[in-house]
Amino acid sequence: MTEPKGRGAAWTDERGTSEEGRRRLKAPRRREGSRAREPGPRKLRDMSVKAGWGIFTWVVGIAFFLPVLWMVITAFKPESAAETWPPRFVFSPTLAEFRLVFSGWGPYVTHSAIATVGSTVLVLLLGVPASYALSVRPVKHWRDGLFFFISTKMLPIVAAIGPLYVIALKTHLLDSIWILIILYTAMNLPLAIWMIRSFMLEVPSELLEAARLDGAGRIREITGVIMPVISPGLVSTALICVIFAWNELFLALNLTITNAATLPMFLISSVPQEGLYIAHLSAAATVASVPVIAVGWIAQRSLVRGLSMGAIK
Amino acid sequence: MAVVETGAAAAPTVGVQPRRASRREGWQRRLPLLPALIYTIVVTQIPFLVTLWYSFQDYFFDVPAPARFDGLSNYKTVFTDPAFRGSLVRSVIMTVTAVIVAMILGVAFALLLDRKFPGRSIVRTLIITPFLVMPAAAALVWAGPMLDPNFGLLNYLLQPFGVHHVAWLSTHALGSVIVVMIWQWTPFMTLIVLAGLQGQPADTLEAAKVDGAGAFATFRELTMPHLRPYIELGILLGSIYLVNVFDQVRLMTNGGPGTSTTNLPFYLYEQVNDAFDVGGAAAAGVITVILTIIVATFALRMFARVFQFEEAGS
Repeated sequence: MTEPKGRGAAWTDERGTSEEGRRRLKAPRRREGSRAREPGPRKLRDMSVKAGWGIFTWVVGIAFFLPVLWMVITAFKPESAAETWPPRFVFSPTLAEFRLVFSGWGPYVTHSAIATVGSTVLVLLLGVPASYALSVRPVKHWRDGLFFFISTKMLPIVAAIGPLYVIALKTHLLDSIWILIILYTAMNLPLAIWMIRSFMLEVPSELLEAARLDGAGRIREITGVIMPVISPGLVSTALICVIFAWNELFLALNLTITNAATLPMFLISSVPQEGLYIAHLSAAATVASVPVIAVGWIAQRSLVRGLSMGAIK
Repeated sequence: MAVVETGAAAAPTVGVQPRRASRREGWQRRLPLLPALIYTIVVTQIPFLVTLWYSFQDYFFDVPAPARFDGLSNYKTVFTDPAFRGSLVRSVIMTVTAVIVAMILGVAFALLLDRKFPGRSIVRTLIITPFLVMPAAAALVWAGPMLDPNFGLLNYLLQPFGVHHVAWLSTHALGSVIVVMIWQWTPFMTLIVLAGLQGQPADTLEAAKVDGAGAFATFRELTMPHLRPYIELGILLGSIYLVNVFDQVRLMTNGGPGTSTTNLPFYLYEQVNDAFDVGGAAAAGVITVILTIIVATFALRMFARVFQFEEAGS
């Protein structure tokens, strides 16, 4: 009995506006709500179905978010309350673990910030002119150019990790922040070029023509006409690059030790060989994740466009 | 005849000028592209050339002897190494499962979020958050507070269903890693599919309703074909990232128990970091790259198709 009822609810909502459907569905439905006023039952039913889906979506959303919530909750626990059975939901919150994290994360967060900001700036410096040459005044083989860039994204960097280590060692870039800046730039550049290009294609051609008639050269065309128009796009491109650079672990783990160790490595160091560590780990994980979560929440609208590399507007 | 002659005579004088000009124009067009192009070639291609070179060398980090030419022996070792084949198979299993399940969930979430209800933007924000969590943080939080057999939240929540202190990471290691991959990448799929749903022309849907099409029929006949390029794009991009998954494997299971969660990236990492075998890792890397190129050729073709649709549509 319960199963068909549920399915019926989903169906009525969609069929409601169709005349034929309404007629067909009206007969059995009327009996249920006959006590209410004439137009009432249908509307009420529609509303409750709508509310039902709304509540269901909320439940799904919260369930999906639960691990993040649990991470944040655990971060506020004293260590002794973090590893109990059953898990404790009521406890006196403490900032002790956060204090511990903040006392130790200094160098890591500095390295992360330098690598992230440095590589993002470099990506934009290289990406803006390149996108211009692939969109506004395209080179002859702009299509091949675009696909070359994206194909480098498909090459698995892990495949070259041994030789990368040797190259870094021989060029004295091992365990230096520069190696991360260089590699993160290469990692994000294809994405940025595709994205910035999609913004440049939207610059009205009248605007470009007007600038050309005014005798603007290419540099002035880029800095004076295109950049102001696409600046929101550049910001969202930068945010996407920041997200990927900030969260990167593999290269940092392989190519740095202490002088350039980043936040993901700080997380690993917060897991000791023995002893209680769950609350401390949760605090570290929360602190490390918050900047990117905040950036992502703020930039929600441009997130889709960035992740689809400009394919979805 | 005269016309042709004047044309032929005029051609050189007229032709030289534009050719020189067009060559200058060509370089002026190419110039802004060059820094990015050269940078990308140097940084992404040279390591692979070096990899190719090392794949023919006998070179270990922990042995002081310099690299020495060793012919195809690295390749022989890799091809006969069951661990390599195993990690290759696991990489495929992990990527395919994670991408498909994340896409199914993504479509479901997108359909839910496409309806109007109070607090919709808050729920959307909640759902995209797992994608933003630092993968290393996600891996460690899942491995500890979520999945621990003794105090993990999941065991507690599953208690009513007869689950008692399951050590997920030892008994269901591969599944656990894949679950975390899915958890992190479902938001990505949701966002892309949701963008597709919201780009669906309202009048077509209205017309379908007026014609009396049911919700399921509308979904199958109208929504799905409209979503197809979005789903393809999501699968393609998701695969590019997920095939390289490393953080979760390294931090949740460290490839184990045994080699049950060792995927290709982790195998290569171990070759370099634990076995110090640069030559062997390079040979495995070269094979990985060749396999990737084969897959990527198809992927790039798909890419061209998906983006063509977008350019035509805009």
